Amino acid sequence: MNKSENRLGVELCGLCLENPIIPASGTFGYGCEFAELYDINILGSFSFKGTTLEPRFGNPTPRIAECPSGMLNSIGLQNPGVHAVIETELPRLQKVFNKKVIANVGGFSVEEYAETAALLDECGQVGLIEVNISCPNVHNGGMSFGTDPKAAAQVTSAVKRVTKKPVFMKLSPNVSDIVSIAKACEDAGADGISLINTLLGMRIDLRSKKPILANKMGGFSGPAVFPVAVRMVYQVYEAVKLPIIGMGGVSCAEDVIEMMLAGASAVQIGAANLVDPLICKTIIEKLPQTMDKYGIKNLKDIIGGAHNG
Amino acid sequence: MLKQSIFKVKENGRIADSIFKMRLEGEHSFGFPGQFANVKLEGFYLRRPISVCDFDNGGFTLIYKTVGHGTDKMSAIREGAELDILTGLGNGYNTEKSGDKPLLIAGGSGVPPMYALAKALVNEGKAVTAALGFNRREDVYLVDELSALGVRVLCATADGSFGEKGFVTDALRAIAPEYSFFYACGPLPMYKAIRETVKTEGQYSFEERMGCGFGACMGCSMKTRTGARRICKDGPVFDSSDILWEELR
Repeated sequence: MNKSENRLGVELCGLCLENPIIPASGTFGYGCEFAELYDINILGSFSFKGTTLEPRFGNPTPRIAECPSGMLNSIGLQNPGVHAVIETELPRLQKVFNKKVIANVGGFSVEEYAETAALLDECGQVGLIEVNISCPNVHNGGMSFGTDPKAAAQVTSAVKRVTKKPVFMKLSPNVSDIVSIAKACEDAGADGISLINTLLGMRIDLRSKKPILANKMGGFSGPAVFPVAVRMVYQVYEAVKLPIIGMGGVSCAEDVIEMMLAGASAVQIGAANLVDPLICKTIIEKLPQTMDKYGIKNLKDIIGGAHNG
Repeated sequence: MLKQSIFKVKENGRIADSIFKMRLEGEHSFGFPGQFANVKLEGFYLRRPISVCDFDNGGFTLIYKTVGHGTDKMSAIREGAELDILTGLGNGYNTEKSGDKPLLIAGGSGVPPMYALAKALVNEGKAVTAALGFNRREDVYLVDELSALGVRVLCATADGSFGEKGFVTDALRAIAPEYSFFYACGPLPMYKAIRETVKTEGQYSFEERMGCGFGACMGCSMKTRTGARRICKDGPVFDSSDILWEELR
C-alpha cells in the first residue's frame, strides 16, 4: 500500500505516521510490556515514559486512586534517567519497534531540559521530542514551567537550541489561559503542541479520612477529562499555526475523530492503555469502519474540521 | 505472561465472613502460584487486582474479601456472567527455593494464594506446613482444603476462638515447626512480626494500589536492595534478602 492510499496516514513536522494513534507518555513504559501483547509496529508512534537527566524513584505510594470514569496518579516521573534510557531502553525497544519513537522529556530547570534533550537528539530512533512542562506531580518543576508563558518560552527555546528534531511542548490544563501558553511556545520556536496533561485532583479515603495519595494531590485522567481536552485543543488550534497532538481521555475511534475535528493532527491514548492494554490496536482496527460511518475518506482531511464555516 | 480474555463465572459464593470464592472458566495464562488476576468490573474504571487461589487447565479460582464498592459488586455477580480479566500477572512464588520443608505463613486475605502454592509444593514431594492467622472463628477458611492436600495446618485467631490465641507468629513460636524456607502473604504489620520470628530466608508477597497491573504505569513501585521494582510486574513476590524494611510504611 503506498502512502497516498493509506486513509489513516497523518504527518507531524515531516514525520509520516501510518496512523494518528500514539500511546501517551507514562502509560506505555518504554514499549516492552505491550510488545509482549501485540506487534506495537502497528502504532503511529508512541511517547515513551517521561525521562529526566537523573534516575528518579518518584513519589511515595499509594500513588494511584480510582475515580468515576478515570483515575488519579502521583507517580512523580519515576524513570531510570536519560543515560539508562539511551544505553538500555532504546536498544531493547529497537528489537520490537522499527518506527520513530517520541522522546518525552521532563526536568527541574531550563538547563536540565536542554541537557536531556541534547542527549536524546543524538538518538536515531527518536523522531520528535515532547517536552513535558506540565507534570502536576513534581515540585520545583514540571507544571510550574507550563503555567507561566515566560517560563514555557524559556524551556522551549533552550530545547530548540540543542536539537534538530521537531520539539512539541506538552501543556498543562491547570491554567486559566491555555492559549497564552501555547502562543508563548510558538513564539519561542516550538514545532508543535501536545495537550492536555492531567488535571490536578484529589480523593479522600472515608475510612482513614485522609487523602488516598501519599502525595495528597495527583493528575486526573481518563474519559472524564475528554471534553476538557477537546475544548483546549479547539482553542489552541484557533490561536496557533503549529500541529497539535491531542490527548486526554481518548478511549475509542470516535474520540480520535472528535479530537482531530477539534484540531489534532495526531492523537495520544493514555489511561485507556492501563485498563485495556489492547486499546490502541482495537482503535486502529476500528478507525476505517468508524470513518465510513461518518463519511470520512481520509483522516488527515478532517484535522480542525470543526472550525470550518 | 499477560493475557486478556473473557471468562465465564461458574461459581461465586460466600465461604467465610466477607470472604467469597469465585470459579472462572476460560483460557488463562497462570503459570505460578502467587500470580494475580486483574478483573474488570462494570461501573469501575480501574481493574481489581486479586491473587489467584488455584488454577488448572479449565480455569482458575479467586478467593477475595469484600473491602469496598468494587469487591462488593463482584460478590453479587451471578453464575453464568462473563468477566474481562487479565491473567498471568506478576512473578509468583519460586518453589525451587523451598527446600524439603517449606513453611507457608499467611494472614486474613493473604491466605488464598497459599492454596496453589501448597499444591505445587506437595506435588514436588515436599513436606508443607501452613501457619494461618485470622481474627475470629467466623473468618477462618481454606483450612480443610489445605489439610486435604496433606499440608500440616497451624491456626491462630486474634480472639482465640480457633487454634492458638494471638497472631500467626504467636502460633509459630508456640508450636515451633521445623522448616527450610518460608513463603508469606499478608499485611505489613504481619511481615514485621514474621521478620522477628523466622530463622530462614523466604519470600514475601506485597500489595499496593495499582493502575495497570502489568508494569506500564509505575503506580505500585517499591524500593528494594536491587533498585526500584514494580510490585505488579517485578513482584508481587520478593526475596526476604531483597527487602528494604526501613522503606516500608
